This record gives sequence, C-alpha cells and structure tokens, in this order.
Amino acid sequence: MAERRGIELVCPAGSLAALHAAVDNGADAVYLGFRDGLNARNFPGLNFSADDARSGIEYAHRHGARVFVALNVYPRPSRWSAATAAVDAAADVGADALILADAGLLGYAAQRHPQLNRHLSVQASASNWAALKFYQERFGIRRAVLPRVLSVTQVQRVIERSGVEIEVFGFGSLCIMVEGRCALSAHVTGESPNTHGVCSPAHAVRWTERPSGRQARLSGVLIDEFAPGEAAGYPTLCKGRFETLGTIMHALEEPTSLNVLDILPQLLSAGVSAIKVEGRQRGPAYVAQVTRALRAALDACQRDPAAYRPPAAHAAVLERLAEGHTHTLGAYSRPWQ
Amino acid sequence: MKLSVGPLLYYWERAEVFAFYHALASAPVDSVYLGEVVCSKRRALRQTDWAAIARDLVAAGKEVIFSTLALMEAESELAALGRIATGSVTIEANDMAAVQLAGGHPFVAGPHLNVYNGQTLRLLGALGARRWVAPLELDTSALAELLVERPDGMECEVFAYGRMPLAFSARCFSARVRRRNKDECSFVCGEDRDGLTVYTREHEPLFALNGVQTQSAQVCNLIDRMQELESAGVDILRLSPQSDAAVSFAQVIDAFARAGRGETTAACPPSALPGGYCSGPVLEGHR
Repeated sequence: MAERRGIELVCPAGSLAALHAAVDNGADAVYLGFRDGLNARNFPGLNFSADDARSGIEYAHRHGARVFVALNVYPRPSRWSAATAAVDAAADVGADALILADAGLLGYAAQRHPQLNRHLSVQASASNWAALKFYQERFGIRRAVLPRVLSVTQVQRVIERSGVEIEVFGFGSLCIMVEGRCALSAHVTGESPNTHGVCSPAHAVRWTERPSGRQARLSGVLIDEFAPGEAAGYPTLCKGRFETLGTIMHALEEPTSLNVLDILPQLLSAGVSAIKVEGRQRGPAYVAQVTRALRAALDACQRDPAAYRPPAAHAAVLERLAEGHTHTLGAYSRPWQ
Repeated sequence: MKLSVGPLLYYWERAEVFAFYHALASAPVDSVYLGEVVCSKRRALRQTDWAAIARDLVAAGKEVIFSTLALMEAESELAALGRIATGSVTIEANDMAAVQLAGGHPFVAGPHLNVYNGQTLRLLGALGARRWVAPLELDTSALAELLVERPDGMECEVFAYGRMPLAFSARCFSARVRRRNKDECSFVCGEDRDGLTVYTREHEPLFALNGVQTQSAQVCNLIDRMQELESAGVDILRLSPQSDAAVSFAQVIDAFARAGRGETTAACPPSALPGGYCSGPVLEGHR
C-alpha cells in the first residue's frame, strides 16, 4: 500500500460501485457496512455481502486506499451473536479498521481481534477527552469520530488532550442531535439509529398528494407539507415543519447539508487526522463528485493553508448536491448553536 | 418496588426549586436525583445549594444521587464533574466522561449511557455501576432479556412518569425558536416550566423543547404497568418532575406509592400538558 501523508479523506460506500467511485476519485479510505442491519445505514438494497466487501477491500488496497467496516448499532441481546459474527467477518475479509459504538462489542473486538484497528463511531457520543480516554484505556481505540456538537475551538481542545486520532465530519446530511443520543425516530416509528441503524425508516414514510400540496408523513405523523413546485425533502423529524409559539417553522433545523470547505485550514491546524463524508445511502455518481471536490480542496489546503480559498468550481458542485441546495457549518460555528 | 424522583430537567426559579425539594422530604419516595443534566449555563443553584438540599433530603431518610450532564463539551464542565465524581455522594453518570472520572467509585449508570446488552452492563458493573437506568428506547423484550443477564446486585430503574427526554443537541432550541443565539439566550428556557410544546401542522402535540434537549410532548405514565414491571425484575420506577401548572406532582407520587402497595384503583391526576399520557417506547415500541 502506498504511504499516505496528511489528512485522510474518508468516503462512504453503500455498494461496490460506490466504493470504486470513492477510490477512483481520491478517497484515502472508504467505510462500508454489511447487509446485516447492524450499521447506521440499514436501508433496503444497500450495503455489502462478505464477498463484495472482500472484493472491495482488494480493489481499495490495490489503489492504496484503506477500508473501514461500520458496525455501529447498539446490539440488543437478541442481536448479540449476529454482532460478534459481523466483527469476526470484518476481520476475515481483511478490513483495515472496525467502526464501533457499543462498549460491549468494543470489548469483544479488542479481545478477539487485537490486531484489527478499532475506531470509535460517532454513535458513541464521545464529545470530550475524558470520554475518549475511557474508550482508549479499556479498548485501545486508535481513532474516534466526533459528534457534530463541537465548535472548531472545542475540537482542537479535544485533540490536544485525547491521545487518539480524531476524525470529523466534513460534508453531507447533518445530524443536529448528539449522535447516539437521539430517540426522535424511536418515539415516532419504534426504530432508531441506536436500535435498528435507521432514522425515519423508509417503511414508515408515506407521501400523499393533496390539492394544497404534497404531504410527508412518518408513521402517520405529518412531518411537512410542500406547496406545489416546492422541493420536497425526505421526512426526518429534526428537519420537519411544525408549529410552535403560534408560528409554523422548521422548529429544530432547516433542510441543509454540512460543508466544511470554508474552514478546512482551521480544522487542519486544529490537528484533525481525517475528514469524513456522510452518505452511504447515496449513489456512485454522488460519491464520485463529492470525493473529487473534497480531494481537490484538501490537496489545495494542505499545499498552502495560508493561501487556501475554497475552489469555486468544486464548491459549486457541493452546493448543488447539498440538501436544500444550501449548506451550514453546523456546530463548528458558534452562532449555529 | 421503590420510587425515585429523577433530576429536574427544566429551568425553574431558585425559590421554586427549593420549595419542590422541601416538599419531597416528606413524600413517599426512596431516592432523589439532584443536579443539572441539560445545560451547564443554568446556574440558579450553585453546588453549595444542591449540597444543602441533599443534606435535608438525607436527613429525611432519602437516598440522594447527583446526576451529571448528558452532553459534556467544555473544560469547565469536566472540571465541575471531576469535583463531584469522586466525592462522598453517588453520581448518576450520563456520559462516559463521568464513568471515567468516577475512577471506580460506585455510580448509577444513567439513561443516556446506551446500555443495550448484557456485555456492556457487566462491563459497567465491573467499573462500579450498582444501578442502571434503562435507555428510553429499549423495548420490553430486550429489557426482560437484560434483566436476566444483569450482574448480581445490579438494580434496574425505569423511567415511568414524565415527558420523555428523547434527544440532546449543541443547539439551544428554546433560544432558536425565539430567534436568539445560545450565547445570548437570556435563559428563555425558564419561560417554559414544562418545556415548549411543538405541534404538527395538524395540531398534534409532538415534541417539547427544553433548551438543548428535545422531549416527547406526551407524558409517559406507566402506573398501570407496575405489576408487570415488578414481575420482570425492575427495582425502581423514576418519576420525572413536572410543574404544578402541569399536574400535582405530589398526587402523582402518591398514586404511584398506592399502586405500589397494590391498590388497583390508584390513578394519576390528569396532566394539563398537551398530548396527555402515553406508555412510552419501553413498553410500546413506539407511540
């Protein structure tokens, strides 16, 4: 494998074609999940069989990229043996790291496959150095993905004291709640990222055409109504339009995507080890475009951080691909909070 | 079955908080959880105030536990946690930072620690957890299996009354819906003594905003399921404080205490909050 330097660009793959797209367009690492309902993108038609994973890993390694296997639900007792089997399968297919959230499963992986890198999933909600130390001392985690709750300054503080590699989200759909601590979807549909690896599961979504517009419901609950001609987004609870204080508004957040292009130099100087792209549910074309744009921006920024400006053409591509065609810095920027 | 009063999740005025806990001293509950879980900016009570309340409750025969913040970001929050985590009072850990800083002292594993299987439960037990509060989204069958797998001596507590804490964020929603930044919040969350109800566009109560926390609009009420929970092995039921504007909390406690004694007619007074009562995800899987 080629020696990599600098910040790692970690891209999503929901299929073998998406993995190829990520590797071909400059990803340093790709993350994927098995077809077992044990990772945070448990959608029909998505994810990898063991054979596909093995073939994808061979392809990535041949091109100097690494592959991480996400196994980041919290297995309930009835899924425990399936979860340990998935850990074993990830080791067997030659994954470069496991992305885990559950402490019990981290313990199993550390004991059974000590040589396989363990990354702490964003779903573990570790937002400070003391929590990271907990996982490092007990399970020898090498890297942690930070929840999208910290300002850039806070990210830097965590890096200074944590002693593990820190990966942060750089582009994609924005969870506005602390990952791993959100049961909104469970409350309405009975299924959540923690328990089932899904938020707003597709089987609970209903679209209805009305004279007033298009209604999006989740388990019967009206999440939003879009006027004729208005762009209609996937109904997630935190991006719905509701009424409070006598006003109809996006009470929690507007449909928007996270995009860190504008603050790449700050993230670099804070000392992050990797930038992660959200979107295993996206197709290969999306993955290719986003990977290419972030590759170009990261290269430019690492070449000369002082002179860095977000590359205009690539920024435009990302804006077009963003949810609601608009982006935010999320919690990295204090006013967002 | 024992009863506990969970941490006060709202930002009430100082005098109201003192009055609330003063009344609890003579209420039929076994344990009281004190401290701030939602937002470290809320400082109507200082640590010395909480310590005074704790002394009075202990003198009244209550077990007192300090609940820790669910979302820990700032150095100042970790420093404050470090001071109480190794003190003489037991903490309820709501973040792994609290487990780490407790350094082996006995603790309660709070509802936000994500304990979904026996392996994780035993791991926390080995680190000092002597009680565990089930996550709110755990379904009945998983809870029953976990109760079988739990280590010897580990108590199980279940959230049984109150608007359910569903999510936390870096963003303050109470400030945002009033077009304020978190840094200039002026503590507007204090205007909503039981959270601010959010309705769907069909006027169905859905959520309640409480600072950086999002709750269910409906009040979880498991009084009718007490026998079932006791048979499954649950040791303690948690009642989450609501204001007098919502319900007479004293009457809620009283009803649970009577139901615990086997009075089949015991019932909670109706809640004035929009949405009424529900069974909660622990029992229903969903609404």
